[in-house]
Amino acid sequence: MASVEFKNVSKSFGEFNAVSNINLSIGDGEFVCLLGPSGCGKTTSLRMIAGLETPTSGQVMIGGDDVTYLHPKDRQISMVFQDYALYPHMNLADNIAYPLKVRGEAVAKRHGRAKEVADVLKIGNLMDRLPSQISGGQQQRTSLARALVYPSRVYLFDEPLSNLDAKLRLEARGFLNHLQRDMGMTAVYVTHDQAEAMALATRIAVMDQGKIVQYAPPIEIYRRPATTFVANFVGNPPMNLVPVDAIQGDGQLQLRAEGLAIGALPMSNGIAKALETGKTLTLGVRPEHLLIATEGSPNKVSGKLFANENMGPESLVTIERGDGARVTARIFTDDHIQLTEDVTLSFLAEHVHLFDSTGKRIPVDNEAPLA
Amino acid sequence: MTTESTTEKPKTKGFALLSPRAGAAFLTPAGLLVAVFVIAPFFWVIFVSFTNRTLLGRTALNPEFIGFGNYLTLFDFDNFFQRGQFGFSLILTVQFVLFSALLGQALLGLLLAWLIQTVPPTVKRITETFVIAAWILPEVVIGFAWFAFLDRDQGTLNMLLTSVGLPPGDFLLEHPFWVIVFFNTWRGAAFSMMLFNSAFSSIPPSYFQAADVAGASSWQKFKDIALPLIRGHIVTDLILITMWTFNTFTPFLLTNGGPSYRTELISIYNYRVAFRDFEFGKGAAVGVIIMLINLAFALVYLSLGRKKRKA
Amino acid sequence: MKLTVPAFLGRMAFSALAALIGVVFALPLIWFLFAPFNARAELGLAIPNPWTLSNFFTVFENKFAMQALWNSLIQSVGGVILVGAAATLAAYALSRSSIPGKGAVTYVLLLFSSVVSGSAAMVPIFLIVSAAGLMDTHLAVILVFAGGLLPTAMFILRDFIDSIPKSYEESAMVAGASPVQAFFDVALPVIRPGIVVVVVWAFVNIWGSFLIPFILLRSDTNMPASVAIYSFYSEAGTPTVTLLAAYALIYSLPVIVLYLFVSWKFGFRFFGGIKA
Repeated sequence: MASVEFKNVSKSFGEFNAVSNINLSIGDGEFVCLLGPSGCGKTTSLRMIAGLETPTSGQVMIGGDDVTYLHPKDRQISMVFQDYALYPHMNLADNIAYPLKVRGEAVAKRHGRAKEVADVLKIGNLMDRLPSQISGGQQQRTSLARALVYPSRVYLFDEPLSNLDAKLRLEARGFLNHLQRDMGMTAVYVTHDQAEAMALATRIAVMDQGKIVQYAPPIEIYRRPATTFVANFVGNPPMNLVPVDAIQGDGQLQLRAEGLAIGALPMSNGIAKALETGKTLTLGVRPEHLLIATEGSPNKVSGKLFANENMGPESLVTIERGDGARVTARIFTDDHIQLTEDVTLSFLAEHVHLFDSTGKRIPVDNEAPLA
Repeated sequence: MTTESTTEKPKTKGFALLSPRAGAAFLTPAGLLVAVFVIAPFFWVIFVSFTNRTLLGRTALNPEFIGFGNYLTLFDFDNFFQRGQFGFSLILTVQFVLFSALLGQALLGLLLAWLIQTVPPTVKRITETFVIAAWILPEVVIGFAWFAFLDRDQGTLNMLLTSVGLPPGDFLLEHPFWVIVFFNTWRGAAFSMMLFNSAFSSIPPSYFQAADVAGASSWQKFKDIALPLIRGHIVTDLILITMWTFNTFTPFLLTNGGPSYRTELISIYNYRVAFRDFEFGKGAAVGVIIMLINLAFALVYLSLGRKKRKA
Repeated sequence: MKLTVPAFLGRMAFSALAALIGVVFALPLIWFLFAPFNARAELGLAIPNPWTLSNFFTVFENKFAMQALWNSLIQSVGGVILVGAAATLAAYALSRSSIPGKGAVTYVLLLFSSVVSGSAAMVPIFLIVSAAGLMDTHLAVILVFAGGLLPTAMFILRDFIDSIPKSYEESAMVAGASPVQAFFDVALPVIRPGIVVVVVWAFVNIWGSFLIPFILLRSDTNMPASVAIYSFYSEAGTPTVTLLAAYALIYSLPVIVLYLFVSWKFGFRFFGGIKA
């Protein structure tokens, strides 16, 4: 196992800057997810670790060595591809053992090792089959087996679960988590599925337009999203973001928006600084922190009922405020909630996220580090 | 290729599945063959067309440069349209392309492709088999098959005609042009059929089902849904079969260009001038004109292809 | 599904029309189903009585005819090997390498290959071959066909390779394979169906061609079957029908077998590319 590091790495394809000057340090044994929408540069970054793309500038390091221009074959890494890239003319045994074949291992030895790995992944009984003769989930595990069959310094995953159906995806996700606990491997995992990143990563690098927006453990990404982009990308349904007018006075802060009633917040250094750049802030509340309002709730948002979706253990209640913007609440109840046409939702002040006019999170004074 | 060691400076920037040097090596054999047997002839034929080179005699070894002499002979308007002259062959070929490719092959191919979508599998398979057989069998075999088919005394066609009470005819002698028109239509319809067939099957069935639900007739489905959607394929088909028909030599195997030059298409004329009359210079000039016409079609075709790729 | 009466009649009409066209296409060929097996065959359609293989035996005893088939085989196989190998390498480079100007190369190739047709280039090809001292040799025919068929073969194969995910070779290289290993272990086997199609296409083209060998070959010992078949015509131009029919059938057989093979192996859709 080895660490991975990006030093001022940029990559452009003609006019298009896929990755712009990123710095990222992945420790030995870490499982880092590169998370972002399509076109954000996450796959390009992964392929630069693999050597399948060469940076336009900057350095890529593996285990402290500069590998920027090293051929993929000499990097001692393994990679699981989105389309699995199983060779259609080889049976499973030969597919899994292929990395050992190019390393010059004898047939018996490499097939023995392939069988061991395949057994762990519960495909040991399919070794004579061709890739076209097995299911999608089995194909996924075969490509995983091929990556695990030889000792690698870094394991790379390019959206390995995106071609599986929802149920298999959960199962495979659980297995990958188990594998990480078991092996303590250094892994870089590209995904656009925030749930996958939250479930697997020790740290998540959220990327947008070729830049890393936030690099932190999942819990911090969730609780303290650095920007409105991260807040909107992580969490399902995404955080409700409401533009508010900020009025300062008496050491307190009043926030105003259509349909919103919120108690005064204490001023802080962070807020004071944010107000220097603009008086319009963004207030964020996660759907799971909204409740159907009862008498006396201090912080409320109200509007017309737009949708009421019962998901089983919870309901998604969406209201439309006077200005047409919508707010969604995740209400935890087994029962289908009966609602009138006008709905008011409430939330606690401690669940409020504030972002400045440029979309950056406004930190609370003397913020305690997250465990 | 990149270096083995991490400390050495890279020789090339940028990873590729095949390095530029290896790529160049991979391209070399094909490049040489194409350069010598496709590209060189293109330029050589232009050169020869300005000389009086012949196969035999003094001018075989020491041809003289005669400027546009060969072209002037070809475009001598005193006898331009006479049988056996360049103009006659050119116009004959244009008519041949018009009737056998644009009308014959394309329309028949379109009809067949549409019919085949709807008829029972057995009918489909049998019809397809014969249409493709006409296209796939070697040209000399096909030439002989038609020779037998059209024979005045015993041929299958006259046998059929007399059996239904129609007068027999010596078609190769009386209507040689129409014989090669039908011959080429028959020979080449398979390509258009297959192209249109694959075009039709690329249309999602739901489009036709939606039309069915809306109550469209078979003709309306063809006219309103299928045709507009395969417009690109139709253009491709027309250009390709035009080029192939314009250059085809196969009718020679049925008629030898005769009787009395009446089926002497431009490719056959070119052959006669160069290899029977042994006038290489003049033959080359004919070749240049054929290539110029080909070039016009090819440029249209490639520019259409580029547009399609961009869209 | 229940059909209404007009719809049913419509279907019947469609089927009848399709069958009729099929019959029209079959008519010129039907003669070939009977004449080769008829010892007294003439140009007319007649059911053999009795059916016999005697025409075939006569062909087999004709040294010149058999030599011509062998020559066809030499020229076709030689050409096919050259086209297959050169086109595979070139198409792989056009698809996978980072050579500058790949697109332009492809464009120029396509342009030239459609402009330089066999009949238009007869004269210079004849001159090039005779200048190279290759007149009346198998090699001349093989090289000329290889050059002429290569652009289209490369184009078909490049499209095929473009449609294959790069992740095959990429995964091999990440796993430790060199570019050469990745090409032979992974890329080549995956491209094989495309190569087969191109090879069959080239074979059918060379095997059936008349004009090029007719111009480039002089001696009887080098003639392929497509040219030699005219030896069954008498001096006056009347054919020896029995032999011609049997020989034409033998000569057509490889083409028919290959057609059946390709349509069995790859289905109908691949035939768009076959033969041009």
